[in-house]
Amino acid sequence: MAEDSKEDSVASNVDSDQQTPDGSLNNSVLADGSCLLRRMEICVAEAEKRSGKNAVSMQETFTVYLVETRPIDATAEGRSPPPDSLWRRYSEFELLRNYLIIAYPYIVVPPLPEKRAEFVWHKLSADNMDPDFVERRRIGLENFLFRVASHPVLSNDEILYHFLTKEHGWKEMVYETGFQAKADSRLRALSATFRVRSPHKRLVEMKHYSDGLQSHTAQLLRARTRVADRLYAVYKVHGNYGRVFSEWSAIEKEMGDGLQSAGHHMDAYATSIDDILEEEEHYADQLKEYLFYAEALRAVCRKHELSQFELEMASLDLISKKQQREELATGVCHTNINLKQYAMLPKACK
Amino acid sequence: SPLLFSPSSQPSSSSSLNSVTSSFSAMEISPGFSPWKSYNTFAFSAIVSLLLMLPSDLKSCRRVASKTFPIKTSRIEFDLPDYSVRRRYQDFDWLRIKLEDSQPTHLIPPLPEKFVMKGVVDRFSEEFVETRMKALDKFLKRVADHPVLSFNPHLNAFLTAKDLNKRQGLALLTKVGESVKHVAGGYKIRARPAEFCAMGEYLDTFSQKLGTIDRIAQRILREQSEYLTELRQYGAVYSSWAGSEEQLQRPLEGVAGCVTTSCGALEDLSDNMSQDFLPVLREYVLYIESMKNVLRKRDQVQAEYEGRLEAAVLRKQEDRTPIPVEVEKCQDKVECFNADLKADWERWQRNKRQDFKQLLTGMADKNINYYEKCQAAWESLITLLQEKQTEDKTSETELN
Repeated sequence: MAEDSKEDSVASNVDSDQQTPDGSLNNSVLADGSCLLRRMEICVAEAEKRSGKNAVSMQETFTVYLVETRPIDATAEGRSPPPDSLWRRYSEFELLRNYLIIAYPYIVVPPLPEKRAEFVWHKLSADNMDPDFVERRRIGLENFLFRVASHPVLSNDEILYHFLTKEHGWKEMVYETGFQAKADSRLRALSATFRVRSPHKRLVEMKHYSDGLQSHTAQLLRARTRVADRLYAVYKVHGNYGRVFSEWSAIEKEMGDGLQSAGHHMDAYATSIDDILEEEEHYADQLKEYLFYAEALRAVCRKHELSQFELEMASLDLISKKQQREELATGVCHTNINLKQYAMLPKACK
Repeated sequence: SPLLFSPSSQPSSSSSLNSVTSSFSAMEISPGFSPWKSYNTFAFSAIVSLLLMLPSDLKSCRRVASKTFPIKTSRIEFDLPDYSVRRRYQDFDWLRIKLEDSQPTHLIPPLPEKFVMKGVVDRFSEEFVETRMKALDKFLKRVADHPVLSFNPHLNAFLTAKDLNKRQGLALLTKVGESVKHVAGGYKIRARPAEFCAMGEYLDTFSQKLGTIDRIAQRILREQSEYLTELRQYGAVYSSWAGSEEQLQRPLEGVAGCVTTSCGALEDLSDNMSQDFLPVLREYVLYIESMKNVLRKRDQVQAEYEGRLEAAVLRKQEDRTPIPVEVEKCQDKVECFNADLKADWERWQRNKRQDFKQLLTGMADKNINYYEKCQAAWESLITLLQEKQTEDKTSETELN
């Protein structure tokens, strides 16, 4: 049944995201080779700074990312032709994702890396132009493309294909689909949550799970930030040993060399924390991916609730219209709607 | 076989100052007293090795009636027989004052701080007693190591007398002996030899650096403590998350366990820093103060000599009175003092190098130890996660 297969897509989408960054897949669901990643190599190779005029004719600086693609059978034959490539901004990735969310409301669409640096510990630059941030974003964007291009349904989307291959005119193509008009009003979705009469058990479970996952990953990210902050302080204070050992070595004869060297080691120790914490950011990025994934899952649940609510309303409407027709035909007027009609509702919805 | 000083701490029944019955002179060393003889020989020629032996049944001290005080025991082992005496901090203090008075030209090692603020430091906590004991042990070792001090009769009395007759008043005075010596006052030194000037400058700078290191170490301790708090909370989030997962439960619990292990290791590191590292730094600051005092005394002696000599020369010029013998005695005093001081200085420098080498390597070792513990925990987690990964893969292929 239609609804069951949608559930399966939702379920398999949640399970199917097990791939290694080199794009190889280990999920047998995709063995039929239907996904784009099987036919095409994709990577986000580089990032560059650009400046230009934005929509309101103001000068701005932004980063563009190089998206490279190459058909897989080309390399399989031993040739290695240069890849096709085009430059994309973060906002274009966002546009692609927003399109996919609306076009495939029943699919948990993979998340993008964060728009702005959140969960920063105070020494980390929250600047979007920071090279470390840009590099991590590049990895996140690549990951996004891998996940989308290996999805059995999403990967066949034309807009996705053109995103990867058609540098100019792609935006216009997306707008022409008219997807923005189909976006749900947030308020309607919210009210639907409270008014659905017979909520789907599995969806309720999924909702609770996604709330839990969101809460735990957010907690973890905040706690990690605080730990990073404190650890940084511990290492940096050790740097003070460097100076005092050096000063002390000046008044010593036999001990002088040893103390001097100890001082240098303390300095090295104090600076080592910068790289350590930068590496840990990659771990935090992976946690963030699942924080956002939980949000995407929640969004699907919400859409389902909305659809169900609309279905229930439509069924009620149908029942009342049938009743009216009966009244008109038989001339008998029912003033009350009796409770039996509500009992019929689950059957009507199936 | 070497002489062993083994400070240990045991509870003791109350021993008020009023109950000292034996007099000092009665306990004076008789030549036939064999432990004294063998001790003397060992102290001078052999390496005196001192072990800090903590009895496994280290009991905290009992509070007795209205009097509360910590008791410490020195147990001194010779070949035969076993010998042990009980001593209080007061007794060590007495010994030190006696040594300073009787050997003013020598550097007497420092004692740990005498006064501790009640309510701030628990004088009966295991940690405090242990730290103090180690410092007292070091004090005795250094005195026994000294070619002159080790022969001091007061040291002997300290080690062998059943009860020290300290003449109550003296035990309660702090630095009376020292101040009495400075009655010589009024003489100003003219030409301090360069080497003693250099010593003074060195000591000032060294003391300053040690103070800085102490402050840095304390700051590190504070930051480590804050880090520990946050780390514990971090581990707790993993545990709580594990509760709502199925497949991920074991891995998440594993991570929480690693974080807990790291916390334990960090606690050990911090404890070691405050119990072993900081006390040694502080003790050396006291040692430096002692040394500076000796330098001052030396200056005084030289000043006195210069003053008397000048007065005598003037008198000689006036009425041809010959230079009194006292002036020559003063000159001898100065030369003796200088010689003693130089010898002590060399010894002190040697010991200082050794002590700090030990201290700093110890600090490095403890840090390495901490990282090794953390690394071991995380490596075992990786093994666990890899096992789980293969488990998952096999069960997946079984399903398909």
